[in-house]
Amino acid sequence: MDSNIRYPYKGEGSQGFERFRDTCSHNELVALYLSMLRIRRIEEEIERRYHQDFMKTPIHLVIGQEAAAVGCCAALGPADLVYTSHRTHGAYLAKGGDLKRMLSEMHCRINGCVGSRGGSMHLIDKSVGMAGTSAIVGGAVPIAVGAALAAQLKGEDRVVVVFIGDATTEEGVAAESLNFAALKKVPVIFFCENNFYSVQSPLATRQPARDIRAWAEAHGMPAVSADGVNVLAVRDAVASAVARARAGDGPTFIEVPVYRFRAHGGAGDDSKTGYRSEAERAAWEAVDPLRLLAEYLTRTGCLDAAANERAERDIAAEIAGAFEHALASPNPTEDDLYRHVYAD
Amino acid sequence: MPWDEGLVNSLVYDRPDPKEGRVVSYARAINEALSLALENDPNVFVLGQGVDDPTAMFGTTRGLPARFGSTRVFDTPLSEEAMMGVSTGAAMNGMRPIFMHNRPDFVLLAFNQLVTHATKFHFMDNGQTTVPLVVWAAIGRGWGSGAQHSQAIHGMLLGVPGLKIVMPSTPYDAKGLLLSAILDNNPVCVFEHRWLMKKDGVVPEGFYRVPIGKGIYRRRGKDVTIVGASHAIELALQAANQLAAETIDAEVIDLRTIKPLDEPIILESLHKTGRLLVVDTAWMKGGLCAEIGCLAAEKGFADLKAPVVRIGLPDVPTPAGFTLEQFYYPDTARIAAAVRGLARS
Repeated sequence: MDSNIRYPYKGEGSQGFERFRDTCSHNELVALYLSMLRIRRIEEEIERRYHQDFMKTPIHLVIGQEAAAVGCCAALGPADLVYTSHRTHGAYLAKGGDLKRMLSEMHCRINGCVGSRGGSMHLIDKSVGMAGTSAIVGGAVPIAVGAALAAQLKGEDRVVVVFIGDATTEEGVAAESLNFAALKKVPVIFFCENNFYSVQSPLATRQPARDIRAWAEAHGMPAVSADGVNVLAVRDAVASAVARARAGDGPTFIEVPVYRFRAHGGAGDDSKTGYRSEAERAAWEAVDPLRLLAEYLTRTGCLDAAANERAERDIAAEIAGAFEHALASPNPTEDDLYRHVYAD
Repeated sequence: MPWDEGLVNSLVYDRPDPKEGRVVSYARAINEALSLALENDPNVFVLGQGVDDPTAMFGTTRGLPARFGSTRVFDTPLSEEAMMGVSTGAAMNGMRPIFMHNRPDFVLLAFNQLVTHATKFHFMDNGQTTVPLVVWAAIGRGWGSGAQHSQAIHGMLLGVPGLKIVMPSTPYDAKGLLLSAILDNNPVCVFEHRWLMKKDGVVPEGFYRVPIGKGIYRRRGKDVTIVGASHAIELALQAANQLAAETIDAEVIDLRTIKPLDEPIILESLHKTGRLLVVDTAWMKGGLCAEIGCLAAEKGFADLKAPVVRIGLPDVPTPAGFTLEQFYYPDTARIAAAVRGLARS
């Protein structure tokens, strides 16, 4: 199994950056990189501290998948909404969610972004358009379609993106939702991060050998692919889908092949258990979206070593401060348990 | 639905006195509530399989598609789970959907969205979102509907935090409770019994509300308390009237809302009579009967002069055959017999 790479990377690697280079200003490009870098470092620090057991919340790290969340959210405006599955960290941060409130939530503190009622799988902040998550695979899909229907009925200029994975396309509710979204031409984007594994079950044991896009197209909408290693390719694909949605032409399905460098849940990698080969992971780590972009920026003179070091330092300080804040934050009281069961 | 329309038409109800006000049917009362809600708030919309078809969901949606258009009153794909999620997502974003089902069994396909999503977001996101969603279903028996077309699902929903459930028994309440449900900022299940659709009652014109969470005395009595909701109240009142001739004086409480439960009214009556019969259109086990029986044991024990009696469905799937149905469903005679037994104890 070790030498067997079941799901090889099929993209263009750093060649791809050049192809989309003119879609992006210098400053935008650096900002995308810094956003990815920040998410990576936050995830690494969460992972490093996880064994201390202060974060009593099931985590699903996005290490390796940062370009997807950052590229997608970069194509959205503040009024646009994002719904996600259980793997929330990347989208929450990329959409502008507050780090302190995220870490407080993960430490089960009352000042967490959802008051310690959700944990890692429910990082929600409506003020930045991180509108909802579901820990049930496929659960957020019809909800996002409903949000898009609301925008359509109210005549609001708002696009809704739902982050899904490859396994979501196996859920009946996903098929139902795509059908309805296409029927009503609602402004929604199905953003499918295909990381080839559902927990430890490979795609090949779950779906026939057919392009996942064909499944989406069968529901009456365009389905495109974007290289999940390339933040610019992702941003470009989402921007086209956003334009289509804003024009009233309805939904788009975007497949973004990505690879998670860590286990489905928890800290560390679990490739050693044998469900996927270490060679496969290594092959994808060779096209680590963050490192590839850093190298490209350095090569093209967009980022020098000093600037990068400064950024690393600033991010490290922000993360340390946010952890300190979370650990010093108060716990909820028993009264808090009974709040927000019913709305007034 | 056509195949049991004859049966529903043949049901005999007490005629309301027109001197007390305008008399309309239960279905018409629902229609008026929907119409008023659509008129008063552009964010209200109605969806469901067949809501715009010629039968108009027992007449409850008659005229609405023509008046409010197909973007506000629309038919849906046969996708119960997705449509419950779509309704939830729309509700989370400023709309007030009314998702209608002509069989309660169809709601079971959407339990993931109702139980795990719609009723959870307000809590999970710490109050950032509200979900003003009405899930309407015509419940109860016709004839021949059997195990998959007439299940009573409200019992299994009683244990779902974040949900409200109303089950009106009169046209007045059908209108007033539906209007309250539409204006409520939480998911509310509105279960309306098929056998009540043609029942007439006095219903005011225009807007009014019946509060969610408040029961009402339908009959005052001193010997036995009968508690229930929906069509069970019709049976209970018929039984109570028969028993009056036998000098048994039964009190009948119509809960109107089964979640949250109006505990004070039950305990108040129990305090007076000391004898409690719970009647429900659903299974006895684990549902409304069980919950109220437990309430009496927990909070009314000192008042109990006899064990609580419950009348509901046996722990058996709903049969389709006509004769089996007669053994299966509670009727006035069984309720009367239970009250007699309690009164003598």
